[in-house]
This record gives sequence, structure tokens and C-alpha cells, in this order.
Amino acid sequence: MILNNSILNVEDLVIRYVTEDGIVEAVNGVNIKIEKGKTLGLVGETGAGKTTTALSILKLIPDPPGEVVKGNITLSDIDIMKADENKMEEIRGEVVSMIFQDPMTALNPVITVGDQISEAIYIHQNVSKKEATEKAKEMLEMVGIPGNRLGEYPHQFSGGMKQRVVIAIALSCSPKLLIADEPTTALDVTIQAQVLELMRELKKKFQMSMLMITHDLGVVVEVCDDVAIMYAGRIIEQGTLEDIFRSTKHPYTEGLFNSIPSIDDRKAKLKPIRGLMSDPYDLPKGCAFCDRCDYQMEICKTMKPEKVHFSDTHFVECHLYNKNKDFKLNNGGK
Amino acid sequence: MSETILEVRNLKKYFDTPKGKLHAVDDINFSIEEGKTLGLVGESGCGKSTTGRVILRLLNATDGEIIYKGRDIRTLSKNEMRELRKEIQIIFQDPFSSLDPRMTVSEIIEEPIKLNKLIVDKEKRFERVIELMDLVGLSRRLINTYPHELDGGRRQRIGIARALALNTKFIVCDEPVSALDVSIQAQILNLLNELQEKLKLTYIFITHDLSVVNHFSDDIAVMYLGKLVEKASSESLFNNPIHPYTQALLSAIPRASLDNKVEKIILKGEITSPINPKDNCRFADRCNYATDICREKEPELEEVAPGHFVACHHFKG
Amino acid sequence: MSQKHENENIKDIMDIKKRSQWADIWHHFKKNKAAIVGMILIALFVCLALFAPLIGDYQDDALKMNIRERLQAPNADHWFGTDEFGRDIFIRIVYGTRISLFVGIISVSIALSIGGFLGSIAGYYGGKIDNAIMRVLDVILAIPAILLAITIVAALGASIMNLMIAIGIANIPGFARVVRASILSVKDQEYIEAARAIGAKDHTIILKHVLPNSMAPIIVFSTLKVATAIMATASLSFIGLGVQPPTPEWGSMLSGGRAYIRDYMYIVLYPGLAIVLSVLSLNLIGDGLRDALDPKLK
Repeated sequence: MILNNSILNVEDLVIRYVTEDGIVEAVNGVNIKIEKGKTLGLVGETGAGKTTTALSILKLIPDPPGEVVKGNITLSDIDIMKADENKMEEIRGEVVSMIFQDPMTALNPVITVGDQISEAIYIHQNVSKKEATEKAKEMLEMVGIPGNRLGEYPHQFSGGMKQRVVIAIALSCSPKLLIADEPTTALDVTIQAQVLELMRELKKKFQMSMLMITHDLGVVVEVCDDVAIMYAGRIIEQGTLEDIFRSTKHPYTEGLFNSIPSIDDRKAKLKPIRGLMSDPYDLPKGCAFCDRCDYQMEICKTMKPEKVHFSDTHFVECHLYNKNKDFKLNNGGK
Repeated sequence: MSETILEVRNLKKYFDTPKGKLHAVDDINFSIEEGKTLGLVGESGCGKSTTGRVILRLLNATDGEIIYKGRDIRTLSKNEMRELRKEIQIIFQDPFSSLDPRMTVSEIIEEPIKLNKLIVDKEKRFERVIELMDLVGLSRRLINTYPHELDGGRRQRIGIARALALNTKFIVCDEPVSALDVSIQAQILNLLNELQEKLKLTYIFITHDLSVVNHFSDDIAVMYLGKLVEKASSESLFNNPIHPYTQALLSAIPRASLDNKVEKIILKGEITSPINPKDNCRFADRCNYATDICREKEPELEEVAPGHFVACHHFKG
Repeated sequence: MSQKHENENIKDIMDIKKRSQWADIWHHFKKNKAAIVGMILIALFVCLALFAPLIGDYQDDALKMNIRERLQAPNADHWFGTDEFGRDIFIRIVYGTRISLFVGIISVSIALSIGGFLGSIAGYYGGKIDNAIMRVLDVILAIPAILLAITIVAALGASIMNLMIAIGIANIPGFARVVRASILSVKDQEYIEAARAIGAKDHTIILKHVLPNSMAPIIVFSTLKVATAIMATASLSFIGLGVQPPTPEWGSMLSGGRAYIRDYMYIVLYPGLAIVLSVLSLNLIGDGLRDALDPKLK
């Protein structure tokens, strides 16, 4: 067993939402493994199942309508699937915390920023209120906000500052795993650069593992070690940064790269992926990406592709590589 | 040379707030030639959206001139303005709140045609709606669906179809792709590009994302706290950004590539309040090069190279 | 272009049925069982009110005293028993339904038209007009509605007409606030700006975009207010300021029967039940509508 080194291990996770209009197959057999100190980028479009996967790690899937059909989640040697609510309350914040996309709604508007940070510390660590406040001040300074702003309310902070506060709260109990759900999407570019820089520093400082959910491959380059590309509830390609960026294998990953307007090459024409993501109420029998794929073959319509491994770190789920592992996509990576 | 279709001179828009005058747009000048695209770039709160709305007279300017085809939009009567609205249109950022949730796709696209009595015959109008839906790549079977049943990309297509329904010549695109997923974003950008070529449209493309305008614009104007800080052709701006703010903006964009790493310029602090600004360089507080003069005097926008304008004390000629 | 068009011809497309929003609302509404129960009960009350003459004669059965049959317990002839003057309680409740529903609906209509008008002006134009209207209404709002109604009735004299006016006026500020808030939330939506950008005039915008989109909370509030108005009618009648005896009204029936409550509990039980059921039903309907009217809720 090489489990010892991994902080998070998700195996064959299947989650669906039962609604009156039908069943949404949100996550269909996802495997994720994150080692200590590493950052995995989970990349995909809206509705790909990224956030659902993340919430299931915290056991926060609303039930109903959500339902974890099967799968195992091991978080720092704790079996999440078997943990009860009391146990989960202990785990959240201390072992794993989450940063949400919108810093405006993640903070309670009527409680001071200091109290919001120290609350988490007070609950999880055996300290006095005074010590908790002292620690909160430390955390605030660590994320680059003067400690004397402890007594201010969230509305007195700007968007970027709020996201820093959210990060301070998430890190206040030094969790082993930090889940960041599009932490910079709501921020301006210059502020995004500041926050990403901060997250990089903190990650190094705390030796923390991170699951970074994003739709922006640019953000991935900034902070991640490994990348998992998610489409229609499955991880369709996974590898190290090098694997994904230098030898892109899946047509969808290639499409994602081609969709990004390049800042350095003005003449490059955008080649978007055509069409839309398949209806999650009614996923196709074969490969879910089949309808939008430029390399579509007969077999794609009827059979789900199996994993094809290129190295210990890099695999793809695509029929193109069944017979010929050396198949080359038109554009490769970047 | 094509003709100048729109010229904005000394445009100002102030809002009264309890704390004082908010200088959303403060004395800006630019012009656009017919069939071209001007990218208006800046962070939230810099006044770029306000500029777009003032040009369309959805907000009334405080001072200045907005000259469209030789006539000052600000002096037009209500009826003349209504006539002009057939030519100048807007595409909104949020494809969720910009469509009336109680109207179907066809009703939304039809509305401008109906209101302006362009086509009175019902069947002909319907044909025009279909034509517009084809033009923007909306599947015909969606004609009677409601916006909330559709995804962001399709909704944005509805918004584009609505903007094209009249005899549109000029469109203010207010962050039309920033609420969309990357793959959909590229589809919409390509669509806007095709439409521009096909219909000879002129765009003002408002965005916070320089990489988007890079693909799109002929000229780019960078705004900071109500002021233009740099204005140049795209070519010149991207190859040779001069203003420290433009440089920082360019470097801050996350690049989806392992090669050509760019040294990040991390700015200090955040955008300051545009309420009662002082008479200094508005970027001075965050600027890595700021000296005493920057904190005392406001720099003028000056031409430092042919067609390349910069407002910075440190780069004069 | 990235999306293919299906080659359907124009005629076929014109035939694609537009799903009516009312059908949608009904679809959502009927999933709420409680709301359906409320709806059935209210329908029952309305039927009773409409067909009252078929059940019993107003003069002979609801008003005429019949001392020989006084204070009878419920039986085959008198389903709900008889009151202290020997009148059939069931028939009196049936005729009382007419008054309650009538007063409820009319007084809410008064409040809605005046309050709605003031509220929409305040909401759409804002600024000084808004301030002036809302401050005056705040003053009225500071007086408890029922006290205000009592004062008005006391000043005008007790009659059904004055009762409706009193309850109507007391509800104006509430309606003005709801309509104003609702319009404010719609007014800043981008589609209003979009409508202005395509050259729509003020009244087109108000009628086509602002009002339809601000209707939902107003409809819900009105439904709930009809219930409150029924309560107010009963309360005022109970203390003798509303409908005067012998006219059958639920509140005044309660009031008349309260002397006998110890021995002949049914005299007050049935009118009381009628009040409770009608008010409850309207509240259930209101809740159901609140969910069903949101177009974004799937």
C-alpha cells in the first residue's frame, strides 16, 4: 500500500441528483488522489460535476435531491463515507476546508471579520477566547491585511480583501487539505494575481495539499502540480502539468486549449469546441463528448472508452488510443 | 481610410453619492472608425460600463460631447434619439438578467422590430425572427422556449439577435463573454467576429480581460478610475505597453502555457474610491514607479509615439 | 458557425406551441397538496356564497326568528343546530360567507388599486416623489391597522360599505410598500435597460416589462390580505362596529352566541370554524402561489 502518503483518496465515486424532471448523473465514477503537499487542478465547464465532487469530500451534498450512489472517500485515513455528522463537524475546518467562489456571500455580514476567524479556531482548537483572537490577528496579517482591522465588518472590505479573509478562515486550523472552488473567478485580474500569489506562498508554508477547482487553464499553470480534466461527471484525462500541457491527449482538452484567447499570439484563431455539453439528464450511451468531437468514430457512439495509460501519471479515456497509443491530435498541447 | 463613426470628447459622468461626487467617467476622449473595434479595458469600477451606457444615453452624461455621424447624441430630442436607437445597440454582460424572464425567445427578438414598427406584417416579422436566429446560430426549435430554460451561451445569442434586429450599425458590447465558460466564450467571440465582417458593424468592446480584446480590437483604450491611461492600436499596445498599469494588467493574465513565462508584476493594494478624487495621478497609490510628482500633479494623455497615447509623468515623449 | 440549424421550414416552426406561463404556474401549483386543499375549500365557500338562495331563503331562514326552535343541537333539519333566536346556523353561515368574501375582496381591491398606484409611482420614479409618498404612508402605517379601521368606522358609522372602506384604507400602506419593493427589484434589471436601448417608451416599459415581472409578490400578498380582511371584518363585527345584527355575519354570530357558549357550544363553534377554514385556505393558497409564480424555479 502506498496510501500513507496520500491525503485524499476518492475511489469510483458516483453521485446523482433525483429531481422531478428526471435523474441528473452528476458524477459518474471519479477517482482522485492527492498526495501530501501537492495541488490537483480539477478543470471543467459549468455542470461538469466539479463542485459536486468537492462537496462530497466534505459530505455536504444536499440530500435530497443529491444521492451518493457508491464510492469510497478516504481523507487523511478517515473513511468519509462512514463518518457521522458529529465526526464530520470535527473534520471540516480541521482536516479539510473549502473556499468558495463568491467571497461576498461566504462571510456573515453582521459578525466582525476577527470573530469569524477566531470562531473557527475556538471551536477546533483547545484554546481560550483570547488566544483565539490573538491567532486570528496572526492569520489576518498572514494573508496581508493589517491586524488592526480585526474589528471591522465584511462590508468594509473590498472583494479581494474579503477573499483573503475567507482564505484566512479556511487556513485558521491548518487543514491538511484545502479545497478551493474557483477562488479567483469573481475577482479582477490584478487582484487575482495577488490572491494566487498568496495561495502559492501559503501552500508552501503549510505544506498543505490542495484541490483547485477552476475552468481556467491559466490559473492551473499558476498553482497546480497535477491536472484532472472533468467532463460530464468523469475525469477524461489526468496527468502532471507537463503531461497535460505538452502532450495533450483528449480531444476535449485540446478543445479547451484552442478556446482560450492567447495574449501572446494575436493572430491565432479561436477554435471553440462546437455545440454544448450533453444534457446531464440524458447522457449518451457511448463517450459523453462524442457529439462535439472532431475525431469522432463509430465506436464512440456505442461504447464508453476505457482508460489508456501513457505513464504512471498520465491517462486518458478515449477510443483514439485503443490500438495506437502514438496517435497525434491535430494541435497537440501548448 | 474609413470614416470616424463615433467621437467622444471630454466626456464626464459624475454620480451624486452621500459621500460626495463619484467620478465614474472623468474627461475622456476617443474615436472609432466605421467597421472597427475599440476595446475599452479596465477593472471593475473603472467606469468602462458607465462610458458604454452614457454613449447610448441610457445614462445622461454630466458634460462633454458624444458625436455619432456628425451629430451630438446629447443634444438629440427624445424622438430623434429613438430613431437613432435603431442604429446603436448594446449587448449586456449578464445573459441572465438582460432577458425578460416572462418572454419567449421569439418575443424577445421580435420586440425591437415591433416597437419600432419596422415590419408590421406578423408573418414577415416572424420570418425575420427566424432569419436572426439562424444568423446567431440559435436552433429554430428553441423559438418558443423561455430564457431560463436555456444555458448562458444560448441566452447570449438571444441578446445578440435582439441587438441585431434593427438596422444596427454600432454595438456597445459590455463584457459579453465574461459570464460564460471558456469553450462557449470562444464560440460567442467567433460569432461576434463573423457578424462584424458580414454586417460591417462597429464595436466598442468593453472588457476586463485583455486577452479577449487582443483577438478582437483594432484599438485599445485602458481605463483606470474614470481616466484613460493609455490608448493605442492593439498591435502597439500589446507589443509595447507603456503605462505601468497596462504593463501590470498584461502580466497579471494567467497564461495557459508552460513556455514563455512572463515575470508577474504584482500591484500593491486595490483600486481606490472614485469619490472626490485628488488632483494627482489616480494610479499613484498602487504604482511601483510612483514619485513625488505623481502624487502632486495629474498627468495628461500625451502622444508618445504615432497613435500611441499615455498618461504618465515618467514617459513623456 | 458552430451550431447547425435544423432545416425545419417556417410553417412547422410557427406551429411549435408556446407553452403558456399559466399552464406552467398551474403545473407547479398543483404539486403543492396543501395549496390544493385550500383551493378546494375556497371554491366550496365561493359556491356556497353563489348558490345560497338554493340552500335557504334569506328572509325566512336566515333572518326570521323562530323562538320555538331555539338552541337546538345539530340534527337532520338543522345541520349545525339553531341559535338563540331559533335561526338555522348553517344557513346563516352560508349567507355570512357572502359578506365575508365580498368585504374581503372589495376592501383588498380598494387597497390594491390605491396602494398599488402610489407604490408603483414611488418605485418607478424614485427620488423626491418616492420620499413624499412613502413618508405619508409611514405615518398611517404607524397606527395599527385594526385601530385605524375602528376609528374610521366609528367616524363614518357602522355599515358594510364603511367597513370595506375602513379595511381598505387601513391596508393601503401595506400594498404600497409591497408594490414599491417589487417594482424596485425589477426596475434595476438589465432587461429594463435593454428595453430602453431598443427605443421602448416609458409606458411600454412599465406595462410590458415592469408590471408583469413584479406581479408575483403582489398576487401573493393580495391573497394573504383577503384572509386578513376576513378576520378584520369578523373582529369589527364582533365588537359591534361592523355588520349589524340581525344580518348574518361570522363575527357577529360569534358575538351573539358567546353568552351561550357554556351550554350550547355549537353556536360559536361553526361560525368560528368558518373563519378559521377560510383564513387558513387563503393562506395555503398564498403559499402555493408564492412558489408557483417564480418563473426561475424549476
